[in-house]
Amino acid sequence: MVRGAAWSLAVLVPLAFLTAFFAYPVLTLVARGFVTDGALDLGGFSEVLGDARTWRVLRHTLTQALVGTALALLLALPAAHALYRRRFPGRGAVRGLLSVPFVLPSVVVGVAFRALLAEGGPLGFLGLDRSFPAIVAALAFFNIGLAVRMIGSVWERLDPRTEEAARALGASPARAFATVTLPALLPAIASAASLIFLFCSTAFAVVLVLGGQQFATIEVEIWLQTTQFLDLRAASVLSVVQLVVVALALWVSARTRDHAERALRLLPASTPAPRLRLGRGASGLDRAAAAVTALAVIFVGLPLTTLLVRSLRQDGAWTLQHYANLTTTGTNALTVSVWQATRNSLTIALAAMVMAVVIGVMLSLVLSRTPRRRSARHALRGLDALVMLPLGVSAVTVGFGFLIALDKPPLDVRSSLVLIPIAQAMVAIPLVIRTMLPVLRAIDPRLRQAAAVLGAGPGRVLWSVDGPLVTRSLGLAIGFAFAVSLGEFGATSFLARPDRPTLPVVIYRLLGRPGEGNYGMALAASVVLAVMVGGVMMIAERLRPVGAGQL
Amino acid sequence: MTRTIHRAASSQRRTPARAAALGLAAALTLTLAACADSESDTEEDAASASASSGEGEGQEAAPSSITVVSHDSFNLSEGLLESFTEETGIEVTLVAPGDGGALVNQLVLTKDSPLGDVVYGVDNTFASRAIEEGVLETYTSPMLPVSAEDYMIGEELTPIDVSDVCLNIDDDWFEAEGLTPPTTFEDLTEPEYAGLTVVTNPATSSPGLAMLAATVGAFGEDGWLEYWEALAANDLLVVDGWSDAYFVDFSGADGEGSRPIVLSYASSPPYTVGEDGEPTTSALLDTCFRQVEYAGVITGAANPEGAREFIDFLLSSEVQADVPGQMYVYPVDDTVELPEDWAAWAPLADSPHTVPAQDIAANRSEWIEQWTATVLG
Repeated sequence: MVRGAAWSLAVLVPLAFLTAFFAYPVLTLVARGFVTDGALDLGGFSEVLGDARTWRVLRHTLTQALVGTALALLLALPAAHALYRRRFPGRGAVRGLLSVPFVLPSVVVGVAFRALLAEGGPLGFLGLDRSFPAIVAALAFFNIGLAVRMIGSVWERLDPRTEEAARALGASPARAFATVTLPALLPAIASAASLIFLFCSTAFAVVLVLGGQQFATIEVEIWLQTTQFLDLRAASVLSVVQLVVVALALWVSARTRDHAERALRLLPASTPAPRLRLGRGASGLDRAAAAVTALAVIFVGLPLTTLLVRSLRQDGAWTLQHYANLTTTGTNALTVSVWQATRNSLTIALAAMVMAVVIGVMLSLVLSRTPRRRSARHALRGLDALVMLPLGVSAVTVGFGFLIALDKPPLDVRSSLVLIPIAQAMVAIPLVIRTMLPVLRAIDPRLRQAAAVLGAGPGRVLWSVDGPLVTRSLGLAIGFAFAVSLGEFGATSFLARPDRPTLPVVIYRLLGRPGEGNYGMALAASVVLAVMVGGVMMIAERLRPVGAGQL
Repeated sequence: MTRTIHRAASSQRRTPARAAALGLAAALTLTLAACADSESDTEEDAASASASSGEGEGQEAAPSSITVVSHDSFNLSEGLLESFTEETGIEVTLVAPGDGGALVNQLVLTKDSPLGDVVYGVDNTFASRAIEEGVLETYTSPMLPVSAEDYMIGEELTPIDVSDVCLNIDDDWFEAEGLTPPTTFEDLTEPEYAGLTVVTNPATSSPGLAMLAATVGAFGEDGWLEYWEALAANDLLVVDGWSDAYFVDFSGADGEGSRPIVLSYASSPPYTVGEDGEPTTSALLDTCFRQVEYAGVITGAANPEGAREFIDFLLSSEVQADVPGQMYVYPVDDTVELPEDWAAWAPLADSPHTVPAQDIAANRSEWIEQWTATVLG
């Protein structure tokens, strides 16, 4: 009885939250596009789908997202091996570095990439400025850290003895990896791939900055139709198209996981990884992994270095002036100092993180169950897809939806500051879930059954079986939630009040003004954001539950 | 088209979706309470904000506050807003839900439940839409300066400030190369200026749209596309936004870009003053389009009286003198003194290119489509 009520609450509270602050606003806005004079009008479909441009945009979206995801995974898999299965000095710093791009404001990344690739830039000779490779590289750049962490955090705890047994039985390292390790990693890889695909296919600013309208994605098109032309009919049709793409991606990824997910032998995270050896007698796999990791570091490091270098220069000389200026409001650009905005960002992100983790953990626990009834299993699968949707819907649709849907009591919150952390939490929840779930699902259900047979109540089972594993991934989930909230711009820009801007908002504003040093300040502020995010991720990974058997 | 959406919008409010959402209210109270809790120390003014928007929702009890809807560049010197509150007793809450077109579109979408009392920042490329959609009430401020009368386009909007979008050039670059700087739109299509110009996309940036309008004004509805065709053929670079063009591609701002001609503002040069006290760039005043920013009382405002007082305040000489420094635009009142460096190096164009606001409203989408097809291919 109590148990049923607890589970119902764990489903209903998150669902109510997602319904009120995501589904309802989005549906309200999309519905407006399909209603003309009080009657349903689906004529927009034939119009928009009959336009060759729509199909070109759809093709761009898919190719860019697929190639971007593939590139990120290709670099991330070897890097996850080197960074989570091997030990070497500076490992924590490299992990931190790789996760920085994920939350950098995309306009900043766009400017950094263009500064690198533009006609006169250091890599200008490659001729890649405003090209498909530039966009795809930027998409991979953003997401590589996410992939490394999601795969690495599972890999780290795989019991190496299974692979060693395969080796002992005569399998080559490659074969042992392909037949033992890779299948075990597949759920985590599929999880990461689906997330990255969603992020890539809804990329907006970076596509515009790096490619312009020639490479417009559905997201760009929705933004144009909504904010520039107020053509809600076209925007609504495109939103539906985008949802279909997203749903397909989720379906493919869920199928992959279904086939691959199984109980894994997970070790405590404290098990020391062997040292990374590159000298004589080192394994080819280790060398390859180290080489790819180095490549990834260069790949991520180059644009970040461009950012750092330019933040330290003024009129051809080295200076810390831009950093000193962060205490000011710039040359007539801001209403508050950058530090004040940083404080706003930290408090808002903290609130968003708490919401995202509470709701994400509830949902993860629910989703990790395998109920006996078929219908219940189907319902769970639906829920799994549903909670991912906030990543697949354009920030413009959500932002405009908030404005027109949340204007009446009891949901009269559209100009309330509470809405900002809520919107950020919406983006963070899927990340929390996708971080926790692979680990939770890897728990052998027999462990829970055994505990129950031994007389533990449901609460006790949760506490002593799931608990330790949950708390271990929790650090990472907290880190992701906090970091992504810190960097969120799309929805925040609709909601932030001029007198309480967040750090990404002031970075945009500084970039939007000429004036002595505003550009330099924007870069310095981006470096501050990058350092905070790298730091948060490094700390988050060290968070260990008290009493989990580690010192 | 947009009008039909509107009627659709009001019928929309009785759909089952809304009813269902209201039904969820009970479940949500819990969630909201939890959120409010976690917020309590960080968002101390959230409570007062929702309280004031509560007043905005129609209880006429204490109309001593207004909500100002603006673009996110709205900025006044410290103390100015406070002095407005002191003088009038009206508390001001600012909301900035978007820039340019997004701002007007949001007013249109929220017509039945206005976002605030007064809007500031509607510009002349979107003004007609706001007027046609009926989102603004008529108001003529007694403070309206004589110099602002030319910019009136209806009784609903009060001009507050102007700015000229013009091509800027890197004078140092032209001097170093020994090349005569261009002065007109036509010059840019000459072979000696091939590959030197970077502009922004009119679909994604407001200066881009302004330059498109300037070429319509300069070459007429029949000739502007042809001009762009020639310009595109002269190795024109089009980027997405102003900051991208100005900071990455332009050689004059940070000295790192490779193109010495950029689309920017007449007010940009003073920001490039070098060590010798002279700016290193200048604006081509024959290529300008004048953007006018307006304020208006929002239809259905909870405090229309306060909204009107705020518009008067925007026209006061204190605010007019403050806008160049804070918002990077020129006061609409030409009797107000400009900052010294603006007076010296950033004059407004004598005869900017103009296109009637109604024409822009009627053709904006089509122009952008034609432009995209011609220039981006």
